[in-house]
Amino acid sequence: MADTVQRRRTLGPAGSRPARPPAAARPPQVRVADFIRRHKIAPYLLLAPALAGIALVLLWPLVQVVLYSFQNYGLPQLTGAAPVQWVGFANFTSTFADPEFVVALRNTVLFAVVIVPLTLVAGTLIGLLLNKLGRKMAAFVSAAALLAWATPPTAGAVLFYWLFNPDGGLVDWTLSKMPHWLVGSTNWAQYNWTTNGALQAYTVLLLLVLWTSFPFIAVTVLAGLKTIPAELYEAACIDGATRWRMFWRVTFPLMKPIFLVLLLLSVIWDFNIFNQAYLITGYPGNQNEYNLSLYMYDKAFGFPPSYGLGGALALIFAAIVLIVTVGYVRSSVRQGALT
Amino acid sequence: MTAAPVPQARLTAPGAARYRAARRARTVSLNGIALIIALVTLFPIFWMISTAFKPSQEIYSLTPSLLPTHPTLHNFSQVIGGQASGIGSIWLFFRNSLSVTLATVLIASLLSLLASVAVARFRFRFRSSFLIMLLIVQMIPGQALIIALFLDFNKLGLLQNLGGLVIVYAAQALPVSIWMLRNFVATVPKELEEAAAIDGASAPKIFWRILFPLVMPGLVATSIFSFITAYNEFIVALTFLGQAHSTYTLPIYVTYFFGRGGAHWGPIMAASTLYTIPVLVFFMIVRRRLVGGLVAGAVKG
Repeated sequence: MADTVQRRRTLGPAGSRPARPPAAARPPQVRVADFIRRHKIAPYLLLAPALAGIALVLLWPLVQVVLYSFQNYGLPQLTGAAPVQWVGFANFTSTFADPEFVVALRNTVLFAVVIVPLTLVAGTLIGLLLNKLGRKMAAFVSAAALLAWATPPTAGAVLFYWLFNPDGGLVDWTLSKMPHWLVGSTNWAQYNWTTNGALQAYTVLLLLVLWTSFPFIAVTVLAGLKTIPAELYEAACIDGATRWRMFWRVTFPLMKPIFLVLLLLSVIWDFNIFNQAYLITGYPGNQNEYNLSLYMYDKAFGFPPSYGLGGALALIFAAIVLIVTVGYVRSSVRQGALT
Repeated sequence: MTAAPVPQARLTAPGAARYRAARRARTVSLNGIALIIALVTLFPIFWMISTAFKPSQEIYSLTPSLLPTHPTLHNFSQVIGGQASGIGSIWLFFRNSLSVTLATVLIASLLSLLASVAVARFRFRFRSSFLIMLLIVQMIPGQALIIALFLDFNKLGLLQNLGGLVIVYAAQALPVSIWMLRNFVATVPKELEEAAAIDGASAPKIFWRILFPLVMPGLVATSIFSFITAYNEFIVALTFLGQAHSTYTLPIYVTYFFGRGGAHWGPIMAASTLYTIPVLVFFMIVRRRLVGGLVAGAVKG
């Protein structure tokens, strides 16, 4: 704004710019405004508060985590009973040597490998469906999806835990009433989903995450579909293309940037799941059910707390996410997000 | 000219009827699939509310019923009375959550509005670097920072304190808020500000009288975003609040209640319902604006 004001003054009509009174005669407010305008510091002033907040709460802690990861920071160091010492890469080597870490890494990666394609395909199919439906039905389905998406994660996780609970849970009851040829011969009545093992717990987590995250993908895909001109489909139709072909030859290429962003966001989100995993696995429950987030939290805040080990894990974790983020930033920049 | 009647004849032929029937069948099956998807999606929420109204013998009955046969408010009165969780009435935690959330929204909105004006209205050095920094920073997982934040806020004496949460939440909301708001600021025509400047309005006056009302829809959209982030936030509150029960926010209260074990599903579902319903009602009201804003952000990157 200060820029525009200045431009107007200098280009102002018919040289009507009044002569400036001497500095002393002007009120201090005007002097400050003049200083800001002359030195072009307005954008920096506007930016300063937000930048300070981001720097202090997001960037500085990141630096600290890097430092902690090379230290033996634990409870004695926190209380001052023992000095903080630099331990080199010891936190990293002991992490990689820990079989629990390998289990947590495996859980996290396998979960992401299953859930990411699942949410993307389900979300895309529902987005395509929404595009085909009449106005009222589309509004109904998207309202239902919005409600699932808007349910707070904590409430959603507690709710799914209850649905899959062995005592009075609806899922076990339903499965126990189903014929054996359909659901196998497992004794489903009072089947324990959350403490039986990682596979069972992650099945519940999978359904929960699918339920909360398909709506965003569906709505985004729908918005993307609306931007594709109908003429392209008409042309493809005249050329005798099937629906399958139309999707892969018209829709998919045009929506590729959107799909890419959705893919990267899903990978990041599904890698980061903490809240729902904490509740579904009943932290601090079975260590075999930890994902990387839970494992890191357990190392840092479990007993005995080791902020150094936790820091090393946070760094490994952030590095994995950063690789994906670089892809996200590159695709954003390529789409002209910085203009 | 003689060709014209032929397609006319074709439209009334049995082939057209078959075509129309196939079309109708397709519409019916699409609507059927859509209906099933919507009902399956809604079912967990329905089940939560239904359980909340059931007396305990119905909750643990061998044949669960969809709707409570003898609906009761007992679960809700236990949650509101505080007997169920043992750490206080849900109103206490509701008040905590609400004050944290509102303070977060106010601070984050103000700071991100100022920053987005800088980014959208000025060309300056580091502008692109700042934008890229925002993109990267919004991707830093909260879990990665929680250790350092815990130790810092411990030193500052801000653990077990709602103010500490507000500081973290407001800062965490900034990157996305600035990113979203800058598009809204960019759509306000510069000419309006220039006209006001010609009329002699000062820069702050232009900001508050011209720009602020015009980006109000954008501010509402970003406020919804920061509201939801703060209302749902889990790991920071879990770590910071520790055993200070009276400072718990709603998600931590529900988690504590849930983690206490024992079969309290009626009251737990009542508490979850009371936690969830305000958000759901709110979202249904602001729906159009929200979906538009979110998608605009996502599609643009």
